[in-house]
Amino acid sequence: MSTSMLEHGLVQDPSATRPGPPLWLLAELTYRCPLHCVFCFNPVDFARQEDELDTDGWIRTLREARALGSVQCGFSGGEPLLRLDLETLVGEAHKLGYYTNLLTTGVGLTDARARALKDNGLDHVQLSFQDSTREMNDFLSNTRTFDLKYKVAAMIKEYDWPMVLNCVIHRMNIEHIDKIIDMALELGAETLELANTQYYSWAVVNRDHLLPSCEQLKKAERITNKYRERYGDRITIIFVVPDYYENRPKKCMNGWGNVFLCVAPDGTALPCHTARMLPGAAFPNVADHSMEEIWYGSEGFNRYRGKGWMKEPCRSCSESDDDLGGCRCQAMLLAGDPAAADPVCDKSPQRHVVDKAIAQAQTESTLPSSGQPLIFRDPKESIRLTD
Amino acid sequence: MSEDTGNIDPQHVPSIANGYRLQFEEAQNTWVLLYPEGMVKLNPSASEILQRCDGKACITDIIETLEKAFETSGLSEDINSFLVIAREQHWITLR
Repeated sequence: MSTSMLEHGLVQDPSATRPGPPLWLLAELTYRCPLHCVFCFNPVDFARQEDELDTDGWIRTLREARALGSVQCGFSGGEPLLRLDLETLVGEAHKLGYYTNLLTTGVGLTDARARALKDNGLDHVQLSFQDSTREMNDFLSNTRTFDLKYKVAAMIKEYDWPMVLNCVIHRMNIEHIDKIIDMALELGAETLELANTQYYSWAVVNRDHLLPSCEQLKKAERITNKYRERYGDRITIIFVVPDYYENRPKKCMNGWGNVFLCVAPDGTALPCHTARMLPGAAFPNVADHSMEEIWYGSEGFNRYRGKGWMKEPCRSCSESDDDLGGCRCQAMLLAGDPAAADPVCDKSPQRHVVDKAIAQAQTESTLPSSGQPLIFRDPKESIRLTD
Repeated sequence: MSEDTGNIDPQHVPSIANGYRLQFEEAQNTWVLLYPEGMVKLNPSASEILQRCDGKACITDIIETLEKAFETSGLSEDINSFLVIAREQHWITLR
C-alpha cells in the first residue's frame, strides 16, 4: 500500500461549500495475503475480521461511489488476486467509467488472469517489491516470491500497462536503495515509489527494527537525487520520507473525508486504511447505508472533517490549513488522543515521543537493542497480539 | 515512431498517451485526464484540444477544426504551446 497516492493531483475545488466527491475509492477486497510483510498496513487484528463482501456487494459499492463522482478505483488487499471475482469487479468498474488500479504483490497473476484483466479494462498495475535482493525480499515477506515478481513485472510490460513499482523502505533495505532503483530501471517501471515505512499497524509493532537512522535516510535521498539527475524522464522516482523525521505532519489523506474513501473487506467504509483503530462509534458499513449517506452524512466521515474538531495548538495555528493537524491515527498512537496535534509536529507537546523513537534509531547496529524479535504478519500473530 | 523531444511539426499526429484516459466527469462538470492514481482537471480549451488528439488528425487539421468550430482564426500559437506542455507532461505522444 502506498501513502503517496493522494498527492498526484486528486484535489478538490477549494471554493466549494460542501465536501467534494470521494474521488479515490479504495476497495480492499480481502485481508487474506500470501505474504507476511513486517510493515503491513492491514490492521493488526485482521485475522479477527474474516468477513468479506460478496461480488454483488462490491458491485453495488462501485456503482454508488461512481454515481457520487469517484474516478479512481484501487483494488487492493491483502492480495486482491485471491478474490476470484477480481476480473468481474474490474470489468464492472471499467464500464462505470473508473480508472482502474490493481495494487498487488503479483502472487497469483497468471497469464490467463492478466489477459482477462486486460480484456476487462484494467488500466494500471502497481507491483510491490520488498528489496532488490532475493534474500531480503523473501526474508521480509517470509515467502519465496522474488523470482515470481520478476516474471510478473515482465507480464505487466507485455500487456502494456503502466507499471508503478512500490518498495517500502526501512532500516533493513535502505542501504540497497541504489540496487532497488537499478532493478526498477531494468524492469522498465515508469514510476518507482520508494515509500519509507509509515508507522501504523504492523510497522508500529516492528518499529525498532524498521526506523532508519537520520544518516541512512540522508544518504538514501542523496543517491535517489543522483539517479533522478542521471535518468531524468526515463523514470519518475517518488521518495516518501518517514514523517518522524519531519517537523510538520503530513496532510494525511489530504484531509479527513476529503478525497479518499476506503472500503474494508467486510464493507466498513473508512476515511483511511487504519481509521478503525480509533476510539469512538463504529464506522458505517456499505451493507447498511448508501454511499451518499456514508460520505456526506455519517458521523464517522464528519468526525474530523474540516477544522472544527481541533484543539490547541492546532486550533490557533497559522499553519492549520497546510496540514489539518496531521494524522488522526498517529495522534491516537503517540499522544493517546485522536483529536490531538499529530506528535510529528514540533509544536505538539508530545513531540518528545517521536524524538525518543528517533534517538533509538541513531545507532549503527541493524538490530534494535530492545531485543524484541521481528514479528511477521500472520493470522496466529494477529490473534496473539490482539488477545 | 514516437518523438519525445525536439520541435513540434504541424504534420505530427498527436494521440492520448498509453495509460491516460480523457473523459467528461458529470459530478465535477469538467473534462479530466486520468492516469495511474491521479487526475488532471482540464480547462475548456485544453479539453477541446485533447478531445481532438485521436491519433488520426495532424496538428494542422486540429487547428483548422478548432478555428472552424469556434469561428475564429489565429489559434495555432495557443494550440502549439499547449501541445508542447501536454507532451512534456507525457499526456500525449506524437508521431
